[in-house]
Amino acid sequence: MMRPFVAAVLRVVTGARPHPGPLHDGDRAIYFANHTSHLDFALLWASLPRELRDRTSPVAAEDYWGKPGLRRWIACGIFQSVLIPREGIKRANNPLDRIGSVIDEGRSVIIFPEGTRSLDGRPGEFRAGLYHLARRYPEVPLVPVYLENLNRIMPKGTILPVPVIARVSFREPISFRKDEEKTAFLARARHALLAGKGPG
Amino acid sequence: MILDHDTILLLSCVGAILVVASIAGWLLSLRKMSPAAKAVVANLNARTRSWWVMAAIFTLTLYAGHVWTTVLFGLISFMALREFITLNETRRSDHAVLFWVFFIITPIHYFLTGVQWYGLFSIFIPVYAFVFIPFRKVLAGETEGFLNSMARIQWGLLVCVYFVSHIPMILAIPLKGHAGKNASLLFFFVLTVQLSDVLQYVWGRTCGKHKIAPNVSPNKTWEGAIGGILTTTAISTSLWWATPFSPWEAARMSLLLCVVGFFGGLVMSAIKRDLGAKDWGSSIAGHGGFMDRIDSLCFAAPLFFHLCIFYFGTDANPMPPEWVRHMLGR
Repeated sequence: MMRPFVAAVLRVVTGARPHPGPLHDGDRAIYFANHTSHLDFALLWASLPRELRDRTSPVAAEDYWGKPGLRRWIACGIFQSVLIPREGIKRANNPLDRIGSVIDEGRSVIIFPEGTRSLDGRPGEFRAGLYHLARRYPEVPLVPVYLENLNRIMPKGTILPVPVIARVSFREPISFRKDEEKTAFLARARHALLAGKGPG
Repeated sequence: MILDHDTILLLSCVGAILVVASIAGWLLSLRKMSPAAKAVVANLNARTRSWWVMAAIFTLTLYAGHVWTTVLFGLISFMALREFITLNETRRSDHAVLFWVFFIITPIHYFLTGVQWYGLFSIFIPVYAFVFIPFRKVLAGETEGFLNSMARIQWGLLVCVYFVSHIPMILAIPLKGHAGKNASLLFFFVLTVQLSDVLQYVWGRTCGKHKIAPNVSPNKTWEGAIGGILTTTAISTSLWWATPFSPWEAARMSLLLCVVGFFGGLVMSAIKRDLGAKDWGSSIAGHGGFMDRIDSLCFAAPLFFHLCIFYFGTDANPMPPEWVRHMLGR
């Protein structure tokens, strides 16, 4: 099959190691990571243990990855992404419903709570999407994944890669607390992502 | 290239050493000991296993000849440079320069090594690349940290690519009066420098007490360094028959290689600490990264190469090869 091959190529090219597992309790999770490069979702996906990887869908922006042709084939054909709109959100195309339907099927998702790629590699503020998703699925563990050096391999605005060695660090999972405010939850999630790393 | 009789004998010596090391490691692993000692033995055995793989790959490429040896060291250079650049804080404005360094300058330099264009091989990086890199970098329009990151990139290119490429070039350089001895010369070089590393480690582990530079490399001791360098010099000298050297020349040369290799390791270790890392990478089990394995080789290689030329003289032609002259219409 093509997918294990793509995952292996991604790991060889970026020098990242697959996680030996186990990563979290239960069979599905919401992975959330800092976003600095087009390679992010692909490499995070490739670094998952195989049995988790086969049941994980990255969440990708429809306006970019949904264009028919190569991009759409990469996003949907290879990575089985969930495409969500970033603008013009209505009840009919509610991104939470689309992500939710994937989680309901028993799959895991990869999301980037900043919503866009940061320029300097340091994570910006989290948008509310992660909070709403966590509130809808309080029983699903939230796994922070810190991505390093991917912005050096292929920064925003470039198409040529440089072979810097990337690092994918899976952090301790966190879980949703019912009584927690939105801003407090997002701050806690961001802190969990940055834990073990200097002030970001 | 069919290996000459002497090189095959040298290879058998290495095989014998590895067999002894593997058996010794296996016997050690059977003994009861503390967890700390167990970790040391496990690391020792991981190192030996990696040595088997590295020796096998090196032997195969040596057997396949100059071109394949060039390809092998080209890949090693690429991986070492990759480790070097990863540990350095490069910026967005370095991206284009780095692309040139990895995918254009390094391949061109190894192409020159492969086609044995000795003249351009010697100056391509120090002249052409070092003129081009600042030009391309200034186009990025960023002044902050300009000199800093340019210096890091150029130094990485110099050590990881330019210095390392002298190792396969040893195979290609026609030395006066010693045609066909290149494979054994290269083998003598790699064996001496790497054996010195191993024996310094062994002497240091068994009777090392007085640290040389605890801040730079906590495991390097005077006992280890002196013991390792002297035993390696003795062993390498006893292999003089396989080289163009007389015993006395072989002794001086191997002593020099051991000392330069020692300082090379120390310098790369200092840079590693400066960049806040313990190992350059994690690609080679028990050893660390590629740079951890070749740190002592990179400084010794250009020195050995040019001393051989200085000593024996060379028939190498610095002018472009025939087909290039033909292309240029001369």
